[in-house]
Amino acid sequence: MMQIPCPFCGPRNESEFSFGGPVKPPRPDPLTVSDEDWTAWLTQVPNPLGPVQEQWWHVRGCGTWLSIWRDTRTHEIVEAPDDGR
Amino acid sequence: MTAGNRLATGGRIDRSRPLNFTFNGKPYTGFQGDTLASALLANGVRLTARSFKYHRPRGIVGAGVEEPATLVELMGADASGNRPATTVPLTEGLAAKAVNCWPSLEFDVGAVNQLASRFIPAGFYYKTFKWPNWHLYERPIRKAAGLAAAPSEPPATGHYETRYGHCDVLIAGAGPAGLMAALTAARAGLRVMIADEGCEAGGSLLSRRLTIGGADAMNWVAQAVAELAALPNVTHLQNATVWGYREHNYLMVTERAPANPSLLERTWRMRAGHVITATGAIERGLVFGNNDRPGVMLASAVQTYVNRYGVTPGKRAVIFTNNTSAYAVAANLAAAGVEVRAIVDSRDSVPDDARAMVPGIEIMAGKLVTEAQGARQLRGVAVAAKTGGSARIISCDLLAMSGGWNPTVHLWSQSRSTLRYDEPLATFLPDTPAQAVSAAGAANGALTLQDALRSGAEAAAQITGAQSPEIPDAPDLLYDIEPLWRVETTKGRAFLDLQNDVTVDDIHLALREGYSNVEHVKRYTTGGMGFDQGKTGNINIIGTVALAQGLAMEQVGTTTFRAPYTPVSFGAIGGLREETVALPYRHTPITDWNLAQGAFMYEAGARWRRPGYFPRAGEGLQEATNRECRAVRFGVGVYDGSPLGTFELKGRDVGRFLDYLYSNVMSSLKPGHGRYGLMLSDDGLIMDDGVCFRLDEHRWIISTSTGHADAINGYMEEMLQTRFPGWNVFITTVTSQWNNATICGPKAREVMAALGTDIDLSPESFPFMSYRDGTVAGLPARVVRVSFTGELSFEVNVAPRHMRDLWAKVMEAGQPFGILPVGSEASHVLRVEKGFLSLGHEVDGTVDAYDLGMGWAMSKKKPDYLGKRAVQIRREGAAPRRELVGVIPEPDRQIPEGAPLTPGGRKERTEGFVTACVWSVVHEKWVGLALLEDGHARHGETAHVRLKGGEVIPVRVTAPCHYDPDGEKLRS
Ligand SMILES: [Zn+2]
Repeated sequence: MMQIPCPFCGPRNESEFSFGGPVKPPRPDPLTVSDEDWTAWLTQVPNPLGPVQEQWWHVRGCGTWLSIWRDTRTHEIVEAPDDGR
Repeated sequence: MTAGNRLATGGRIDRSRPLNFTFNGKPYTGFQGDTLASALLANGVRLTARSFKYHRPRGIVGAGVEEPATLVELMGADASGNRPATTVPLTEGLAAKAVNCWPSLEFDVGAVNQLASRFIPAGFYYKTFKWPNWHLYERPIRKAAGLAAAPSEPPATGHYETRYGHCDVLIAGAGPAGLMAALTAARAGLRVMIADEGCEAGGSLLSRRLTIGGADAMNWVAQAVAELAALPNVTHLQNATVWGYREHNYLMVTERAPANPSLLERTWRMRAGHVITATGAIERGLVFGNNDRPGVMLASAVQTYVNRYGVTPGKRAVIFTNNTSAYAVAANLAAAGVEVRAIVDSRDSVPDDARAMVPGIEIMAGKLVTEAQGARQLRGVAVAAKTGGSARIISCDLLAMSGGWNPTVHLWSQSRSTLRYDEPLATFLPDTPAQAVSAAGAANGALTLQDALRSGAEAAAQITGAQSPEIPDAPDLLYDIEPLWRVETTKGRAFLDLQNDVTVDDIHLALREGYSNVEHVKRYTTGGMGFDQGKTGNINIIGTVALAQGLAMEQVGTTTFRAPYTPVSFGAIGGLREETVALPYRHTPITDWNLAQGAFMYEAGARWRRPGYFPRAGEGLQEATNRECRAVRFGVGVYDGSPLGTFELKGRDVGRFLDYLYSNVMSSLKPGHGRYGLMLSDDGLIMDDGVCFRLDEHRWIISTSTGHADAINGYMEEMLQTRFPGWNVFITTVTSQWNNATICGPKAREVMAALGTDIDLSPESFPFMSYRDGTVAGLPARVVRVSFTGELSFEVNVAPRHMRDLWAKVMEAGQPFGILPVGSEASHVLRVEKGFLSLGHEVDGTVDAYDLGMGWAMSKKKPDYLGKRAVQIRREGAAPRRELVGVIPEPDRQIPEGAPLTPGGRKERTEGFVTACVWSVVHEKWVGLALLEDGHARHGETAHVRLKGGEVIPVRVTAPCHYDPDGEKLRS
């Protein structure tokens, strides 16, 4: 079980968090984006072998959504949040 | 003792406390401090098991968790399967039997497999039992191969427990290195946990005869244990295995005999600042013909039985070794009165200090045991020169073999730390740590006592930053080894993995068939699998592969070490998290009332307990549901709508936030009014539906379906915190801050009047989809005019502390009007009659609002909201859509939910399915809803349900709403 650093609560067990998936690029403007680009944004999720930025919700803690960089090979948290976003 | 295998003195058993036990139904006696294995050997029981595949006779091979051969099933109160006999502490009344030997150990039908054994090579099952499919063969094969069955009942008394723990240093193993590390870390003030799988501390010192500081090494152990016990910063567990090493230094430790009579086992989920693996080393076997005969044992196990349990496992012994450690075993055996007939040493030269330990014993250097003789018991061994040639037969009933030592690197490797092959020690050693972990003692290749003590002290000193303490004098024989992966001039079957019956031939076959990677070899042959996970045989398998392929050991590499290190009970992993403890039910304040009324309770979404229906004497589900439905349609009913997810949103930006979340416009609502809406996800799927009321300019309240409340909460927070962090919106869950009684039916207004309220109930001043704050029956209440039944409804919301009072008053005031409590079955019927959608029934990952006839909910005005673009793209495709329709079975009969619709009822691709079918009390016949291809254009047509088995039921297609299509009733 990972230990995830919450900017408000400090290092807490993964079981207090809910996984929010990898961070995707910003949502494109649906009024101007092409169908292909929109569909790609919706369906393509970063899935690297190595560090990935992902969101976690501290649902059984303070309620913050935060993001960390986690190495998918080792679970090492290579970059922790400093402002909860 | 019956067979006279117990020494008169010595060992760590209590001869004043005899214990009775049975094995395969026969009674025996052992002593307190014995394991089942040591007690069996003391009683002269040699044949203790039949092997997995060939049902060959097997005996006890090891003395601890490495035991590959003798698995037993415990019966009675201790019922559990597949326990190595070497790890079962002897207790009074213990009843054990061997696994794998139906109908009996002595006469084993499965042994015919042995005659046919040349037909069961590696991969045999894969190749043979594949037509028509494996499952045809699976059951009889599993029975014949049969390991013990899982106990059918949970333990009658006691429970399991899990707990969290934190420490600065977690030390796995309380042998010399672990104890030394614990002392060093604890003296420096660190919070230390030391856990050891044995029933007492000491590790290898329990089995060997060594001194520390000039005195018996066990004195030093006792002093160390006493010092640790006196320190408040130390937790010392015995009978506790560190079996899992996960990411972020999170480890699993299971105590098998916690000091609490009501606890069966306790698992510690430990977060450790640093870990020291002082897990010792496990001896390898040697690979020669019939090396599985009962009486062929690991030399270290023989040493353990003699020194720790006062048991001599044989009368005439031969030692077969490739290293010096077995010389001490020979000396210990000789001292115990066993005739050691020879030491067969594969090395051409034997170090002088080793020779000096065994005066008077013949040493056969440069020789090999090529074959063990005897069937159910060892009778002798054939010894020949390495180059081959004629063999000399030495009769014996015990062969103590040592193929060298493998540091126990399981935990180390589980942490993803790397290994390297060490030529001088001929084994794999810890190399680079991947987490905050260090290895100490034999687990790090420190195979002599003084080195082990120093290594433990240094590992701890590195963490504390202090000077490593002075190490007491601890003389030990220098370790010297020359690898011998297998005897090549062998006769008979040479086993690498006794538990899975994997031989040298099997490995060679796997290599010939192209399974050349060691991970593939493992899976194809099953070598290294099973309960022992190849603790004694794995390195020999790697050696055999290396020899056959002409590779170096490190080029072959090891297979992956995975948790658990040794088997763990499921109960110990789950702890108290069973049944409703794992997932508690949620109740509203009137559960007791519901139960007192004889309600049949259902689990609604999110673990809420809700009444399904309220049967009266003689009524079944259908009769009770019909009665409740009639009350609502023709009189009045009431239900408890409290579990519905409810959220209050406050802030300047709630309006535009809701416009983004819902597909329709919410920001235009006037205070006091509400609207039904759909929430989509950005990929256009319908996530939830519910109503949204505006309380005042900046305050709103929304409802979600019961089961989705938590998910929607998370979703809203995600949107706010990650997409619109600057928006002024605050979300508060108020599901349990409000409870309600929803009074519904044509007489609902009369019941409200009878309750007494200061709210004007006339439809003109209190219309549908509005709310009023006031008092009802003297209680402060918020009354909302929503309807999930299609009837005139008043949802009377009160604080939870007033709910029971309110409910009692509603039942009392409603009595003259025939009010009935309504369960979820009736609610379902009423919503189907109305064509109201239910997320679990009519909504799946394919339908959109247009398919449901709710295109009006998809705002044209708003340029953007969640899901808009995705729905647009999908609807531009030309693919036909499945659309929501009503269906009326003709002839009148019930149709199972989910039944497919096919064109003309033919056996063709389905064109939809029935989502719900209920007995309508209004129409007095069955009516339903369905999703049907192009359904909106097919009202009035006949579609066809095709049931399993081919029966076809015609259904008339209608609009989804079967009752009051203009909504006059609910607006009344
Ligand atoms: Zn937090």
